[in-house]
Amino acid sequence: MDPRRIRITGTGIAVRGNDIDTDRIIPARYLRCVTFDGLGEHAFEDDRAQLKAKGQVHPFDDPRFAGAEVLFVNKNFGCGSSREHAPQSIMRWGRGIKAIVGESFSEIFFGNCVALGIPAPTASEADMAQMMSAVEANSAAPVTVDLETLTVTVGEHSWPVKMAEGPRRQFLEGKWDSTAELMEAMDQVAATAARLPYMNGWK
Amino acid sequence: MGRNLYEKVFDLHTVRRLPSGQYQVLMGLQMIHEVTSPQAFAAIRERGWKVPYPHRNFATVDHIIPTDSQQRPLSDPLAEEMLQHLERNTADFGIRFFSPERGEQGIVHMVGPETGLTQPGMTICCGDSHTATHGAFGALAFGIGTSQVRDVLATQTLALGKLKVRRIEVNGRLRPGVYAKDVILYIIRKLGVNGGVGYAYEYAGEVFDGFSMEERMTVCNMSIEGGARCGYVNPDQTTYDYLRGREYAPPPEAWDRAVAWWESIKSDADASYDDVVRFDASDIEPIVTWGITPGQSVGVSENLPYVRDFPEAERPNIAEALEFMDFREGQPIKGTRIDVAFLGSCTNGRISDFEEVVRMIEGRGLRVAPHVRAIVVPGSMSVKREMIRRGYDKVFTEAGFEFREAGCSMCLAMNPDKLKGREVCASSSNRNFKGRQGSPTGRTLLMSPVMVAAAAIAGEVVDAREFFAAPVGAGV
Repeated sequence: MDPRRIRITGTGIAVRGNDIDTDRIIPARYLRCVTFDGLGEHAFEDDRAQLKAKGQVHPFDDPRFAGAEVLFVNKNFGCGSSREHAPQSIMRWGRGIKAIVGESFSEIFFGNCVALGIPAPTASEADMAQMMSAVEANSAAPVTVDLETLTVTVGEHSWPVKMAEGPRRQFLEGKWDSTAELMEAMDQVAATAARLPYMNGWK
Repeated sequence: MGRNLYEKVFDLHTVRRLPSGQYQVLMGLQMIHEVTSPQAFAAIRERGWKVPYPHRNFATVDHIIPTDSQQRPLSDPLAEEMLQHLERNTADFGIRFFSPERGEQGIVHMVGPETGLTQPGMTICCGDSHTATHGAFGALAFGIGTSQVRDVLATQTLALGKLKVRRIEVNGRLRPGVYAKDVILYIIRKLGVNGGVGYAYEYAGEVFDGFSMEERMTVCNMSIEGGARCGYVNPDQTTYDYLRGREYAPPPEAWDRAVAWWESIKSDADASYDDVVRFDASDIEPIVTWGITPGQSVGVSENLPYVRDFPEAERPNIAEALEFMDFREGQPIKGTRIDVAFLGSCTNGRISDFEEVVRMIEGRGLRVAPHVRAIVVPGSMSVKREMIRRGYDKVFTEAGFEFREAGCSMCLAMNPDKLKGREVCASSSNRNFKGRQGSPTGRTLLMSPVMVAAAAIAGEVVDAREFFAAPVGAGV
């Protein structure tokens, strides 16, 4: 598969709320595992059950959004634990979420998304509100996340989004799976280690 | 213009600039545990890679370990499987494993400092967001995901962007009964749970200068709860005194060279910062969280806020938190009935945390309230041994607390220690997220260990300063 992430297309799903933490995205009881397989069905499990008990429907349980591939969220999404199980569960839910657009993301969650090839650009509060409303009004509206032009399109309308230049270039060039690139410089790694007294027995 | 510690340590560990504009940065130390590492080791195996710096990686088991009996095989087969994976992975790749059988196990953020592995000027990573704990020593320490654990195993490096640095000074003197836990809860309350996104926090000022290493660790530990991926305190004599003589600390003949190097990586007096914030220590009182994020808190003598006090965009979140917690806006936090009390975690599971609680309860005939289940979980086997040596196990047991084995326990309830149903827990841990303590509808009130102990005995949230000041037998 081409590792470049230039334009992600699909339909959208919105999960509203600030500070949605990784314990809510994937409860800790599902971290008792040695692979990431099967995590998708447990994404947002407790939030989904609690809404169901109140006679309401979480977007992840709403059949209109069952085929969504772009997730829209609000502020500080993915705060809390560093568990990569959180983005792993989102990318394994349904057809697989392939991009997340939000007002802001926790640092570690964003880094995990980069490592998994999931672009997570940000938008202003006002633009985010419009995008979410557009997705909720028409679940079939085509969504495009374009990292080249830094825009997100829902149906007929487009909004500007932001992403730091470093990760953006990793996505555009297909270099988000960083291990291979890091392994290119093992001689320089050794040279750096040689300069640090604690790496060399304080000699 | 001088440079701060973050810039110096980042630069010293930078291998090269990557084409993306990020930096390839050497990790001086990686700590590993059973939850976030198996998939990383599997990837290394699948691709036939080696681990080039096994002696800079160390592992222990903490999240899934039971605290009632740690006999093998563990009672939960999934937990046993995860432990076996970790044992095999560390053995196969030549990584030291601090094992329960040898009495070396503990929460990963306890083991690093206790063994002297955690030192000033290092870069430290771990697949755990509370890795910032190690920043108390003047290290750049931060949590990473499993793909990055794999990167560090394979190369001992990470691709990182540079953070901005915010200096947070707390000056003056803390009032009696106000602890390090209250300081960090106060900082998070003031700066917000996402106020630190994009920043490293440098904690400074008279309060931090006077803090012990364990108090500094409590504050740095919760940096991530304020959105900051790493937080640190500049090293000083307190740091060096703590380190001297520990297993992995520099040997005596190299000590002076080590101290000279550590002094060289401190923030310069004229260092610049992207932001500076100052707080007055005397403004801080014991803090209790009332909501579902660590920033939703009040001083123990305050009432909960009103939804209308918040900007329009935040009101749905505040209403959601009040509903989940079953609190009314404007009500006092004092008097909230609790069902469970949890003393422990990488935030407050150290010897000085238990020492302070024992100082409050010992010899006063105080008992945990009949309706409260109270557990005391040492952060490491080493802390547990020291507690037994000092007789704390008896003090706690006689007061009606359960004295347990070491582990993460009810901080995140990946082992059998869980809330049930809608139980309310007074907890010395770090997160009050929905479902965090094992029951999807369970409720958590974060506070200092002394406040937890007072709540356990009173059966409800009280101001520990008043509670423990009351004469013995005076209605307690």
